[in-house]
Amino acid sequence: MKALSQKRRHPLAVLALLVMALLLTGGLYAVATTTNEAKAETTTYSAQDIEEGQKLFMANCSTCHGVNAAGSEAGPSLIGVGAASVDFQVGTGRMPMQMHGPQAQVKPAQFNDEQTKQLAGYVASLGAGPAVPEEEYLDVTEGDSANGAKVFLANCAMCHNAAGAGGALTRGKYAPSLMGVDEAHIYEAMQTGPQNMPVFNDANITPEEKRDVITYLKALDNNTNPGGFGLGSLGPVSEGLLIWSLGLAVVIGFTVWLTSRSA
Amino acid sequence: MSSTTDYEYRPRTSSGRIANFVDTRAGVSPMVKEFGRKIFPDHWTFMFGEVALYSFVILLLSGTFLAFWFDPTMTSLEYDGSYVPMQGVEMSGAYASTLHISFDIRGGLFLRQLHHWSALMFVMALSVHMLRVFFTGAFRRPRELNWVVGCVLFLLAIVAGFSGYSLPDDVLSGNGLRIADAMLKAIPVVGTYMSMFMFGGEFPGLAIIGRLYIAHVLIIPALILVMIVVHLFMVVVHKHTQYPGPGRTENNVVGFPVGPVYAAKAGGFFFIVFGLLATLAATTTINAVWNYGPYDPSPVQAGSQPDFYMGFPDGALRLMPGSWPFSWEVSIFGWAVPLAILLPLLPIGLLFVAMFAYPWIERWVTKDNRVHNVLDRPRNAPFRTGIGAAAVAFYAVQMMAASSDLIATHFHVGLNDVTYWLRAAYFLGPILAFIIARRMCLALQRKDREIVLHGRESGRIQALPHGEFVEVHEPLDEYKRYRLVNFEDMEVQPARANAKGKVSGTEKLRGRLSSWYFEDRVAPVTPKELDAAHGHHEDHTREVVGAGSHQAQLDK
Repeated sequence: MKALSQKRRHPLAVLALLVMALLLTGGLYAVATTTNEAKAETTTYSAQDIEEGQKLFMANCSTCHGVNAAGSEAGPSLIGVGAASVDFQVGTGRMPMQMHGPQAQVKPAQFNDEQTKQLAGYVASLGAGPAVPEEEYLDVTEGDSANGAKVFLANCAMCHNAAGAGGALTRGKYAPSLMGVDEAHIYEAMQTGPQNMPVFNDANITPEEKRDVITYLKALDNNTNPGGFGLGSLGPVSEGLLIWSLGLAVVIGFTVWLTSRSA
Repeated sequence: MSSTTDYEYRPRTSSGRIANFVDTRAGVSPMVKEFGRKIFPDHWTFMFGEVALYSFVILLLSGTFLAFWFDPTMTSLEYDGSYVPMQGVEMSGAYASTLHISFDIRGGLFLRQLHHWSALMFVMALSVHMLRVFFTGAFRRPRELNWVVGCVLFLLAIVAGFSGYSLPDDVLSGNGLRIADAMLKAIPVVGTYMSMFMFGGEFPGLAIIGRLYIAHVLIIPALILVMIVVHLFMVVVHKHTQYPGPGRTENNVVGFPVGPVYAAKAGGFFFIVFGLLATLAATTTINAVWNYGPYDPSPVQAGSQPDFYMGFPDGALRLMPGSWPFSWEVSIFGWAVPLAILLPLLPIGLLFVAMFAYPWIERWVTKDNRVHNVLDRPRNAPFRTGIGAAAVAFYAVQMMAASSDLIATHFHVGLNDVTYWLRAAYFLGPILAFIIARRMCLALQRKDREIVLHGRESGRIQALPHGEFVEVHEPLDEYKRYRLVNFEDMEVQPARANAKGKVSGTEKLRGRLSSWYFEDRVAPVTPKELDAAHGHHEDHTREVVGAGSHQAQLDK
């Protein structure tokens, strides 16, 4: 203790204190955020699930993600991505990836629910990460679609379109359509930020707000369109195309009919 | 007193007396006499102007209905109507009343959609009508001024549409207004002042919706109405144009009179257009404002596009490189000049100037100042058709660029690649369209010559006794032939010296343009050529494929 107090006026003491303070706050922040995310970890995976998951992983995923899921040149590390990420990527068929491209595309899921759960269990066992969401946050009967619309229009519509019809990003990347997407997958996408999507963690959009967003999207999905055919909810472009194709064709048809007996 | 009444016509029935009363005071019968005998030639391409007119009438009707409920205020209120996802959301009176019309007024959504679809139909029909007038040369003397009136109507229609879709004050229309604001601000020196003046302060302010509303429901429709009256008045004065054909000359109009034939046809056609638009409005969503949410300057949603008629300036801005090959933000005498916005708008401005001036440009080049009541078939004016095609291509590339993001997502290509290709098409498209359209016209003219001289290929192959196979060509009847030979043979007008014996620079330019217009012309078949070809016929009684055409070309 004496040695420490003797060195308290050392020129590097301030620097040492600064480093210690940074480490402490950084460490506390890391602990706080992981506990925040790990809090949702309620789905339990048995040892057998994890073992089966590892086998599936070795057979289907390790080529790109490495045998220890630590990543390789072809794919990122999966340590700490959490079960939610696996459930989203594998559950929507994005992983295993169909082909290399700007981003993974949706295809029919390659694994069934059981296998997806086993894979999620294995990846979750590698490091703490966001877990598969609890049922209560997916129940649209509890959600508030008006608040969901507000959150959606402020945070999501700039990429996914106001009606969730999807949109283009740079260099071949895109935000997919949100119509017909499973509630859990919408939640997990917000939680984990797959592909080019940013992460909307619980501090940013709370689990209740996420539920509201899902409620709004499901309302868009299930409500019959009040105006009739939606034309893909793409806005003025599809409307313009319709008037210049079908509209013009029908008008020409009538003009030809009206002048077919000409002088 | 009694002597004057003796001469007055006294109908015996009461309805006759009422009709006579009105007629002797309003002077209806001379008008009916004049208009009832006005002749309209029958051709399907002549009816697009009518479609535009009818769409405008429907716009007035449906717009009046909407005006009963629309509230053009920007003061904030909390929505409490029946559209659940917006309940409790704070929004402007304009947006709330648009939702109210859509969800709580009986037939409100139908009329909103009818109004919007009619607007699209109006601009589309107007554009097609303009293209028809251009490609058939209907803008030539004496109709140059009516062409200008039409161009003004085209601009007014765009402004009417833009001011209309800005009214609901949703995110999408707010984005459109923001772009309009940016374009205004890009004008050097006065831009900022004009923007402040228009918005009553900094964008978006609280004034713009009310101002756009008055423009949209009063000023612009009144101007359009005045222009339509002038336009139709001139149509009556000039009489209708007609396509070339047997019995049709510069001094007559062949067709049906308004009363009774055209009155019935046009009246019926109005209801056809109305029915078509009503069907569209009843079945197909247009501008689902409830999806976009109330305007807020911060978000821009994916897939934000203007209506198609505002696509070209939007597309031009999307095509302009932001900071390549150097930063376009330059400063002249301390004034910031955002070239990235000004440069892409410049060619559009030039296109519109050229559009207004084209009748005079063509008259100057061709030295053709005669009255033209008989139209050109587009193929018989290859250069003009080429110019028109180039202009259409230039416009269309920019309109497509406005939907570059949807092209990218729907055809699974990269957004940046779409932009690069469209940038190339911006410069090459008009040139290619010009060459292709002009070459197609020349080819069609040569085909017409071929048909006139040697008849139509019948598809029947005959074996001659010595083993040769020939295809039988059927001669054309006189009426059909007339259509193919009766067009004007425009020749190159070389540059000539003026009164002082000097060939001026502009005259040289005119001469060069003239030879560019007409040097590759295909002349109509002359009676002499026809006789020669038919003499050929008598020798063989049947035409051998292709053989005569070369001969005819050599004879020429």
